Amino acid sequence: MHLTPVPDPEPPALAGKEPSIAGLERYATILRINCVRMLAVAKSGHLDSSLSAADIVAALYHRELRHDPADPGWPERDRFVLCKGHAAPIQYAALAEHGYFPRQDLMGLRKVGSHLQGHPDMNRTPGVEVSTGSLGQGLSTCVGICLALRLDGLDGTAQVFGVLSDGDCQEGETWEGAAAAAHYEVPNLTAIVDYNHLQTDGTTEEVMDTGDVRAKFEAFGWDSVEIDGHDMGAIVEALRRSRTLRKPAAIVCQTKKGRGVSLMEDRFGFHGKPPSQEQATEALEELEARLAEQEEALQAGAASGEGGDGGS
Amino acid sequence: MEAKTEPIATRHAYGDALVALGEAHEDVVALDADLAVSTQSMKFGKKFPERFFNCGAAEAGMMSMACGLAATGKVPYASSFAIFATGRSYDQIRLGIAHNELKVRIGASHGGVSLGEDGASHQMIEDIALMRAMPKMQVVVPADYNQAYRTVIESYERVEGPLYMRFGRPATPVVYEEIPATLGSGVDVLREGSDISIFACGHMVHRALEAAGVLASEDGVEAEVLNVAIVKPLAAEAVVESLAKTGVGVTAEEHRVVGGLADAVREAAAEQHPVPVFALGMGDEFGVSGTGEACMEHFGLTAAGIVDRAREALLLKPIVSHPPIHGGRQ
Ligand SMILES: Cc1ncc(C[n+]2csc(CCOP(=O)(O)OP(=O)(O)O)c2C)c(N)n1
Ligand SMILES: [Mg+2]
Repeated sequence: MHLTPVPDPEPPALAGKEPSIAGLERYATILRINCVRMLAVAKSGHLDSSLSAADIVAALYHRELRHDPADPGWPERDRFVLCKGHAAPIQYAALAEHGYFPRQDLMGLRKVGSHLQGHPDMNRTPGVEVSTGSLGQGLSTCVGICLALRLDGLDGTAQVFGVLSDGDCQEGETWEGAAAAAHYEVPNLTAIVDYNHLQTDGTTEEVMDTGDVRAKFEAFGWDSVEIDGHDMGAIVEALRRSRTLRKPAAIVCQTKKGRGVSLMEDRFGFHGKPPSQEQATEALEELEARLAEQEEALQAGAASGEGGDGGS
Repeated sequence: MEAKTEPIATRHAYGDALVALGEAHEDVVALDADLAVSTQSMKFGKKFPERFFNCGAAEAGMMSMACGLAATGKVPYASSFAIFATGRSYDQIRLGIAHNELKVRIGASHGGVSLGEDGASHQMIEDIALMRAMPKMQVVVPADYNQAYRTVIESYERVEGPLYMRFGRPATPVVYEEIPATLGSGVDVLREGSDISIFACGHMVHRALEAAGVLASEDGVEAEVLNVAIVKPLAAEAVVESLAKTGVGVTAEEHRVVGGLADAVREAAAEQHPVPVFALGMGDEFGVSGTGEACMEHFGLTAAGIVDRAREALLLKPIVSHPPIHGGRQ
């Protein structure tokens, strides 16, 4: 099993070019691989929750988000808030990929002395905007960020992206935040719901049905769309569109928990459980094979002048 | 239920005893907030699906639902992690449950830093203070599985009004060989001694016993170890009686040193028998991620930590020939 944090070979230099859809899919695989590695070493954490959001996070960090790893405090940057803070590994993987901290740090996840806490901590980890981990708080926090950006005259520039889970949508506070966003007409908020229909105790339908989340946001006065949360083209398109809207925008992503790792994909019973050694090996084999295929396709595309990095 | 002998988490006693209560009493209902497997309330849920209500991740609503159920004649047991069972729903507990003096039992699991890897966002270290300060709320922090089992069983009959029970995540050694027949006054002398009183609750009780062993063998100090399971209402007489004998005390809890066991003991001592009482617990800081054991080590919540505190306290122990001030009168 390869537990080193760096996928081999090194990603080709992007040289300022925007990755293509295929390129983003490759990044999503890299993030997934690093999540498995992190959790296998930490022997603790939420793997399937992280994998569920991998495509969304890849699309954000590798394409849509305006950020500067060299200057995490750049005032005009877009803000990313992982409302479902238990999926911290996926954000850590993305931050490491961008050099916010050394990739090697990923292997310290959840250990005493590491800056990578079980849930994102803004005072410890560079690139984390605000600490999360208590479901329901995130969306209101995003509204607060939007209001501050407005006071600073930046609400036409900096977009705020929050990633929510099913549990977030069950907490009443989320709907307080939804009401506030509409009431204050914040123009620069995108709420992305990772609607994987699985939570700690079962399916959302069994535990507490969240129903038509898209319609709920719409009823609160938001622009609201529903997409396949693993369709990279659709994700990129919806994110880009949300930025152009002058009102709060919800993107309800139908997703599969554990996406990309067959042994846990869309299956109950893996929440909050780290992979065993065997499961991690199996998962890495599957993901590394996928990565190899994706790289081959990208290279073939580049050779024929299409579909490679820089295209769309 | 058979007494446990091997280390086991106190939260398991919650699930097991809840099932027993469900069998014995038709009015017992249980609620959880998408942590039923962790808190063990799922055991009740499997057995009595029609009396179990999973609220999803919605703790505030859960507490108000418990209020409604209790106001309508049921005896609700509402569970979540200690952080969400108190912090997320304080106002709902306060007005809906405590102010109304309703018979709602809160089963709070994963108390303290020993829950480990989830880190500061999940490590509740001020729940005892919050619940102790709340009027009418009673607070129990059992030391092991066997006492936790008794706590839950007794919670149905023994007390009226609201009750908060704190359980832990990790397996913890048993302190009581049998399931105790009763919680009694809530203060049990587990080891007699004449030199210093060590008051502990929850996961710190077995560590206190270990510390007493070290103090005896290394310092020749005979420590009295008291398990204070019922932190509120505190059996102040038992606390004061021990302090009157030893003249100095130490408290140990997996909680802030503010508002919890330390303050409960110090309040009793300050009014009735003022002698030095040193506190071991969490200072003005949040938890960190790590294994449960590593977190306990990191914050000095260990037998060695108790020994250190005891040695410091002993230096201030009033000299026997000059009895303590007793309110300043002679
Ligand atoms: C306020 C609050 N309550 C409970 C929890 C414990 N908890 C962590 S994740 C989770 C639910 C996980 O399911 P979901 O929200 O659908 O997230 P997913 O991992 O599926 O994306 C719960 C209840 C929490 N973190 N915060
Ligand atoms: Mg979910």
